[in-house]
Amino acid sequence: MTDGVRPSLGPGLDEPVEDRFGRGLVDESFAGVDDPLADLPDDLLVDVAGTVRDSNIREVLDRLDHELVALHEVKRRVREVAALLLVDRMRRKIGLDSEPPTLHMSFTGNPGTGKTTVAQRMGEVLHKLGYLRKGHVVSVTRDDLVGQYVGHTAPKTREVLKRAMGGVLFIDEAYHIYRVDNERDYGQETVEMLLQMMENDRADLVVIMAGYKDKIDRFFSDVPGLSSRIGHHIDFPDYSAEELMDVARLMVGRQQYRFAPEAEEAFRDYLVRRMQQPRFANGRSVRNALDRLRMRHANRLWDALDGDDAKVSKGDLVTITADDIKASRVFDFAHDPETS
Amino acid sequence: MRITQGTFSYLDDLTDTQITAQAQYGIDRGWAPQVEFADDPHPRNVYWEMWGLPMFDLQDAAAVVGEVNRCREAYPNHYIRLTLYDASRGRQTTALQFIVNRPAHEPGFRLDRQETHDRVIRYTLHSYAADAPHGSRYNGQGPSVP
Repeated sequence: MTDGVRPSLGPGLDEPVEDRFGRGLVDESFAGVDDPLADLPDDLLVDVAGTVRDSNIREVLDRLDHELVALHEVKRRVREVAALLLVDRMRRKIGLDSEPPTLHMSFTGNPGTGKTTVAQRMGEVLHKLGYLRKGHVVSVTRDDLVGQYVGHTAPKTREVLKRAMGGVLFIDEAYHIYRVDNERDYGQETVEMLLQMMENDRADLVVIMAGYKDKIDRFFSDVPGLSSRIGHHIDFPDYSAEELMDVARLMVGRQQYRFAPEAEEAFRDYLVRRMQQPRFANGRSVRNALDRLRMRHANRLWDALDGDDAKVSKGDLVTITADDIKASRVFDFAHDPETS
Repeated sequence: MRITQGTFSYLDDLTDTQITAQAQYGIDRGWAPQVEFADDPHPRNVYWEMWGLPMFDLQDAAAVVGEVNRCREAYPNHYIRLTLYDASRGRQTTALQFIVNRPAHEPGFRLDRQETHDRVIRYTLHSYAADAPHGSRYNGQGPSVP
């Protein structure tokens, strides 16, 4: 096949395929410019609104703002990353080239502070901005990566890495991968493969490592080279009681329940007490508490039913009362907090 | 002689970008990619060796091309093909299959005639490459038989 019209090569073969960073995006009117930095005038205007609209990015960021309570620092970092990628996109439109940034991240914070949720959103943001081709999140722990016998680890890790390509690899409790006190642990192999992948294939996947701050810090100091390959270290602070109340309101609303007026006060009281107790897991504890509330609420309705043609009102079905909350054993200290 | 088998075999060899696009097309339809290699080019040789397992649960074709390239590195002078399996019928069904790597020199086939009873002649395709033992064909030294 030397000249003339090429016949169709089949699906996906005819359209010009963008390279990984969407360099195919260059606007046609600038396609002939050899050196945009020198040849284009400085006051050339690039259509910002169009780029923003194309990427739907505003919608994703707004959702992040509304659906996640507090976490101002985290949101600010996500917005910064979004801004950088958006500007990169506009630069590419007029043919300016720039190295794609390293977007591997570490999320540190106590349980229930929203690390997994933010990772999901991050995948979405990076996909909308054309950094990731798919933006799905593959969530793994040590078990999924490290093998059980010699020669098992590399294929296992590679399998996971392949599945995560085009999206985000979210490694929960990443520090468990590598056990510094056992040099024969197969985790070493996984770490090496991860390091290599994070360097060579950073266009294909974004690695997010999550876990407790002190343990992640120790992990990074044990594995030289890991910390420097991670561009963004984001810390997730604990929530205050007021922020947790917002979380609760959001969750209650989403499940189509509502607090009775006095119930809200009772729940705040519950939270303050619960926060003092051990194994408090921020958002997750709130969710568990709400699950138990729904159970007590259902139980109360059930007990109130009498006769075969008993009816309940819609108000009864959606309203959680203060009594439901006060029945919690958190109010009489002697019990295990996660089960009361 | 250039071996033609599988889809696209009368076209120029696909570039990596084109392989990626094809693999992505399959993945988007839920097909599982599988890389295989062989050094017996006979069209009736259906037993190619598997390069790893079929890649289930993939989202992105970059991984497929990665495996193709790893296989090319290990077997630069073998035939390598990419198969996309469609499991939706409940059995292993080849939905799309094409060659992604071929030896630098392909010596081709000769036609053997076997005279049997009553002036009947049977024909056989004989691959020149298959004269060398398995594993040492296409080792860059050209055909072992003139």
